[in-house]
Amino acid sequence: MLSLRGVTVRFGDRTALDAVDLDVAEHETVCVLGPSGSGKSTLLRVVAGLQRADAGRVLLAGEDQRGVPAHRRGVGLMFQDHQLFPQRDVAGNVAFGLRARGVGRAEAARTVAGLLDLVGLPGAGRRAVAALSGGEQQRVALARALAPSPRLLMLDEPLGQLDRSLRERLVVELRSLFGRLGTTVLAVTHDQGEAFALADRVVIMRDGRVAQTGTPLEVWRRPASEFVARFLGFENVVRGTVAGGGVADTVWGKVPVPEGTGEGECGVLVRPGGVRLVPDGALECRVVSRTFRGDHVAVRLRPGGGPELEASCALAGAPEVGASVRVAFAAEDVVVLP
Amino acid sequence: MSRPARESEGNRGTAVRLGLMALPLAFFGVFFAYPVAAIVSRGLKADGHWQFGRIGEVVTDPATAHVLWFTIWQAAASTALTLALALPGAYVFARYDFPGKSLLRAVVTVPFVLPTVVAGSAFLALLGRGGLLDELWGVRLDTTVWAILLAHVFFNYAVVVRTVGGLWAQLDPRQEEAARVLGAGRFAAWRRVTLPALAPAVAAAALMVFLFTFTSFGTVQILGGPRYATLEVEIYQQTAELLDLPTAAVLTLVQFAAVAVLLLVHARTVRRREATLRLVDARRTARRPRGAAQWTLLAAVLAAVVLLILLPLVVLVLRSFDGPDGYGTVFYRALASAGDNGGTFVVAPLEAIGNSVSYALAATAIAVVVGGLAAAALTRREGVLVRGFDALLMLPLGTSAVTVGFGFLIALDEPPLDLRTSWILVPLAQALVGVPFVVRTMLPVLRAVDPRLREAAAVLGASPLRAWREVDLPMVGRALAVSAGFAFAVSLGEFGATVFIARPDRPTLPVAVARLLGRPGELNYGQAMALSTVLMLVCAVALLVLERVRTDRTGEF
Repeated sequence: MLSLRGVTVRFGDRTALDAVDLDVAEHETVCVLGPSGSGKSTLLRVVAGLQRADAGRVLLAGEDQRGVPAHRRGVGLMFQDHQLFPQRDVAGNVAFGLRARGVGRAEAARTVAGLLDLVGLPGAGRRAVAALSGGEQQRVALARALAPSPRLLMLDEPLGQLDRSLRERLVVELRSLFGRLGTTVLAVTHDQGEAFALADRVVIMRDGRVAQTGTPLEVWRRPASEFVARFLGFENVVRGTVAGGGVADTVWGKVPVPEGTGEGECGVLVRPGGVRLVPDGALECRVVSRTFRGDHVAVRLRPGGGPELEASCALAGAPEVGASVRVAFAAEDVVVLP
Repeated sequence: MSRPARESEGNRGTAVRLGLMALPLAFFGVFFAYPVAAIVSRGLKADGHWQFGRIGEVVTDPATAHVLWFTIWQAAASTALTLALALPGAYVFARYDFPGKSLLRAVVTVPFVLPTVVAGSAFLALLGRGGLLDELWGVRLDTTVWAILLAHVFFNYAVVVRTVGGLWAQLDPRQEEAARVLGAGRFAAWRRVTLPALAPAVAAAALMVFLFTFTSFGTVQILGGPRYATLEVEIYQQTAELLDLPTAAVLTLVQFAAVAVLLLVHARTVRRREATLRLVDARRTARRPRGAAQWTLLAAVLAAVVLLILLPLVVLVLRSFDGPDGYGTVFYRALASAGDNGGTFVVAPLEAIGNSVSYALAATAIAVVVGGLAAAALTRREGVLVRGFDALLMLPLGTSAVTVGFGFLIALDEPPLDLRTSWILVPLAQALVGVPFVVRTMLPVLRAVDPRLREAAAVLGASPLRAWREVDLPMVGRALAVSAGFAFAVSLGEFGATVFIARPDRPTLPVAVARLLGRPGELNYGQAMALSTVLMLVCAVALLVLERVRTDRTGEF
């Protein structure tokens, strides 16, 4: 449905998008994930035709979109801060795209009523948009973007400004809604939880480049780089050298690596679950802090040398701050990074 | 997308802006630059040769220095006095809520759109021979500079209240609260948080007041007597009474240069103000005054408004009824006939109402079209071209109206532009003054429309034209109405240019008032007052209608 080939956007000296390639298949939901300033929003604006690309091609359903203005691209974009038209009521906002495409008044009214039902705001058509809560505005913005049946729906931080419980509920609702409608969706967010819950496939961006692409599970299990690992919240990363024998030499001592790892220098990531506190562990650490995380306790450990480690412990048996513990690494939770 | 494609799209945007600017540019070229250039060159040319020596002679003439010095210091003094009296007013209107506030805000604005001639008459009735102060205490101020200064305060009070107060009302009080929580005292919080935010607005207001008083004509003409003359008055006298065109031309150039400098400074401060502030809804920031100090401040501001603004207006109205045989409508009845006023008029003065209203309506239509297009072209602030255009639009406010009026007469008198006998000449001159108001009112509103709203419309399938019609227009509709009202009011009150080009049998209200004032005799004087009252009423009604449709985000006037 959507293909980007070598899309580059520069703002002065800064390169917002650097030769980005990206594909979104029909009925697929793709989430672009990245820290702020990584070029996510620019990506959406280029696809929508609101931002000219300095180089590269944008193809929608195989057609090059060069020179096609935003209003003829047939894509939908839900803005980060909604951008509802303040002088129109809810129905007027939702109907805007239909009217712009020449849909008759009566038919537009029927579609609007149906969409308001769909987003859980039945009968809200006459309300002023200023009188809506943040969550309601989000729903109206969604209904407005869906109304003209865009061939590609783009969402910019779709749940960014909502409180946590509302976000979690809406993610589930959106996912089932897109599944039912068969919508092709390209969303951007900085929140990995949101991206993993919403997307069939995630694209992680860094400084205008694609850092990794894959299903949420693939990305989570095998981060492709130290940047991706750290962005996903993994902090137990050190440099090491593999010299055969299935272990890497690091400042934390010997860390087992998966079989078949080539020899040479590499990065080593140990997921917190793989940092085991055992009496006969090789690495001695002091407990620096404990953070209660609901179903487990995150324990921060300071080894004799090298960076601090995070271990995930069961609620019962987590060591006290200041305690001295010994650590061993579980091979299945170790990921070798380039 | 490759480079050529990108450039062609960029060129398209520039082309659209240039297209929007075409009509305003043509308008200013033909009806402002050309007449002004024509009169200046006529003054400076003799026997087909440029006489640049005249410039040196006039500029070094002690009389010129005298006029220039008076023009500058009276403008500075007027500005200082206006700020001192109006800044507390701006605060009260911005932060306090009290009954009758919107009515009072309209009243305060009446003088600003009143014709200078009427304001002059009002002060004459208050301070002049046989005026209220004269009758009560035998005090006359009409030939002193105080009369001029007070009249200028009367005029420009609204500029400060609206420009500074309008912004003050939209400053988030929580900013000051944040400073208080961080340990700043009440005054320190105001000085370190609010004042820096307001300073550019105060500077902009001060410059506007300075500009208006620097080019003051009608007020000084009426109240200044033989002793005091501003550049503008001097230009009028050299042109119309002494017929010394070369001197008038040089003085015009001097004023032009001074005003251009002022406008540059003004544009700078305005741009800074627009750039930096985040504003909140003005309705949420005002509250009832609390405690003796706040009530005292409110009372003091109200007293100043009553003394400075209401009193002159009331006196004017009273004078108009104060006939030779006690209070009555003698003067009003006399307005209806052309016969017994010593040949001042070919027609009954009352007919001037109809003339004024129809001229002003035509001028409003012109100003709204020209100013609206200009504002649309200026919405995206970028490029030297756009900024230069912005400054050009303000120039007529600061150029001698007398020069423009006389320039019309000598420049637009031959084919293809022979407009001497056309009624459109007067509305064209009035529209020149109206356009800056339309632009200044529309521009902040147009710029406040979030460009992403237009993008949202585009993504939903609306073409740029449709997006403009459905997104921009509904949001600026009110501003358009307000700017039309202002253009109407200032056109109604325009005097300096109209006095030259209005035909004797079709005088406007301000011209008729000036003619009546220029004649001796109680009947003429009384009629002038009566006609001024009528003019004031027409203005006040237009303004109250304005106040009804006015939004909080509309412009600086």
